[in-house]
Amino acid sequence: MYEHFPHEADIGIRGIGKTIEESFCEAAKALFNVEVKIKKVHAEKKVKIRADASNLSELLVEWLNALLAKASIHEMVFSKFKVKIEEKKGKQKLMGEAFGERLDVEKHSAKEEVKGATYSQLKVEKATKGKHKGKWIAQCIVDV
Amino acid sequence: MDPAKFKKINDWEWEIPKTGEMRVPGLVFASEKLIREMDEKVWEQVSNVATLPGIQKASIAMADAHWGYGFPIGGVGAFRAEDGVVSVGGVGFDGGCGVRSLKTNLTLKEVQPKIKQLVDELFDIVPAGLGSRGKILMSDADVNEVLKQGAKWVVEKGYGTEEDLQYIEDNGSIQGADPKQVSDLAIRREKKQVGTLGSGNHYLEVQYIDEIYDEKAAKQFGLFPGQIMVWIHCGSRALGHQIGTDYLKVLADASRKYEIPIREHELVCAPINSEEGQKYFGAMCCALNYAHANRQVIAHLVRQGFGKIFPRAEVKTFYEVSHNSCKVETHKIEGKMKKVYVHRKGATRAFGPDHKELPAAYRSIGQPVLIGGTMGTASYILHGIPSGEKAFFSACHGAGRAMSRTQAKRKWFGTRLVQELQAAGIYVKAHSMSGLAEEAPQAYKIVEDVVDAIHSAGLAKKVARLKPVGNIKG
Repeated sequence: MYEHFPHEADIGIRGIGKTIEESFCEAAKALFNVEVKIKKVHAEKKVKIRADASNLSELLVEWLNALLAKASIHEMVFSKFKVKIEEKKGKQKLMGEAFGERLDVEKHSAKEEVKGATYSQLKVEKATKGKHKGKWIAQCIVDV
Repeated sequence: MDPAKFKKINDWEWEIPKTGEMRVPGLVFASEKLIREMDEKVWEQVSNVATLPGIQKASIAMADAHWGYGFPIGGVGAFRAEDGVVSVGGVGFDGGCGVRSLKTNLTLKEVQPKIKQLVDELFDIVPAGLGSRGKILMSDADVNEVLKQGAKWVVEKGYGTEEDLQYIEDNGSIQGADPKQVSDLAIRREKKQVGTLGSGNHYLEVQYIDEIYDEKAAKQFGLFPGQIMVWIHCGSRALGHQIGTDYLKVLADASRKYEIPIREHELVCAPINSEEGQKYFGAMCCALNYAHANRQVIAHLVRQGFGKIFPRAEVKTFYEVSHNSCKVETHKIEGKMKKVYVHRKGATRAFGPDHKELPAAYRSIGQPVLIGGTMGTASYILHGIPSGEKAFFSACHGAGRAMSRTQAKRKWFGTRLVQELQAAGIYVKAHSMSGLAEEAPQAYKIVEDVVDAIHSAGLAKKVARLKPVGNIKG
């Protein structure tokens, strides 16, 4: 599952999952749900994404920014994601796939463009308390 | 924030005393009311900026300051050329974001009866909203020229006039832009986006001058009561965002390499005189040029739209400012003129009279300062004054948000907002209704409070107030 949380000027996105990978996929859904209504986006076309970083939090920012770049280059929006994360030589490596279709402003009820995922309130961790206790949380603020 | 936390200098200047690793004090220009309403994070971010190497005089925040990324929005920091730094956080993800203001020879009386027709026409011809594409398809070589030459290049291609260029900061073409430092990814994301408004808080607004505060300055600026003006607020689009994203990584590595302690990730920076610092500066200038070109094409489209509805319309560029930038300037510091890199994140340059970079027609008055309000309230034109020196000749850039987007969306519906604004005589058209609700006028600070603080603090002087009659939201 995913959710949005408030920020004074922008929007917080949060992915929640049983695994780190699932939380990354859910965070990506939260990201694209800022731009469009993702339930209206058919997962027709696949785009491959690669990202790496020195830790999981930075990897989340890399993953989200890579998705935004691919979306704008291919003029697409995504609604379904697959992610595999591995640690190699002290680096976190992500191999991902994003599924979606060509952006259709009317059909997808376009909302607003995200400029980038930021390091503000960035967190990838297993929740030890609260309503998501025991689940992985992947969150950050996105600049709109 | 509690005003008691600050050292009060006077009613409009509040100092954050220099403590710990801060190299200079912090300084907030605001009224006591605005300080009370200000986010605690502003204190923290102003203090963090004050720790960066080479910072001069003070780490500054304007009356509209709120929580940003590294620097607060409304933050100003000047760094000595010899040993200072450049930081992505001081410019933001939308380098070159700013306002183009157009003045016309039309009055409210003439335009109001046809406002719907005019706004509908502008809505059709100015691409806006998510994924919007412009009408100029550029080759890689063309993109290179836009990054190097900015608005100058698009004017040469027929989008606007030479006269427009005279009234843009740096004549729409900032020196130092180095397209080689812009990644292929950023260029690929460019795809036909020159001449597009974008979304979020970006807008195109048709306004009229409803009050003049300074007749002499207004006359010199060519402004009169009832005059129709158009403000275009947008930036460097996906290309600029990618430059920000790319260099956040480059400067994170540079901060480690040069052992610069960073208190918040987005404050990552590099010495101005390092390879990384120069690369970022060269790329950031490209974003500024791209934003100038973007607004130039939109201005040209607006001119065409006006011409269609009002054949006698003359639409001229009044002025254009960037409010997300880092610029090389000379300022008087400790009695000496020094070369500094001035970061303005959500802050406008406000040069005083006689500055050589001002257009000849405005030089005796000072730089026009454009402060955008919300679609339901007012915008202001001020002019720079000599006492602005204390803030490196800077002023605020807008009203500043007072409420989160999520909260705003819960409180207002886009469709109802359109009806309410229409009842108030403002015709609004939006590409996204939920985006519109997030930008509800009540989600912002009271623009009068912010402008009065800047005026009273002696950073710039009020010239005119503008009220909206039509607004297009991206």
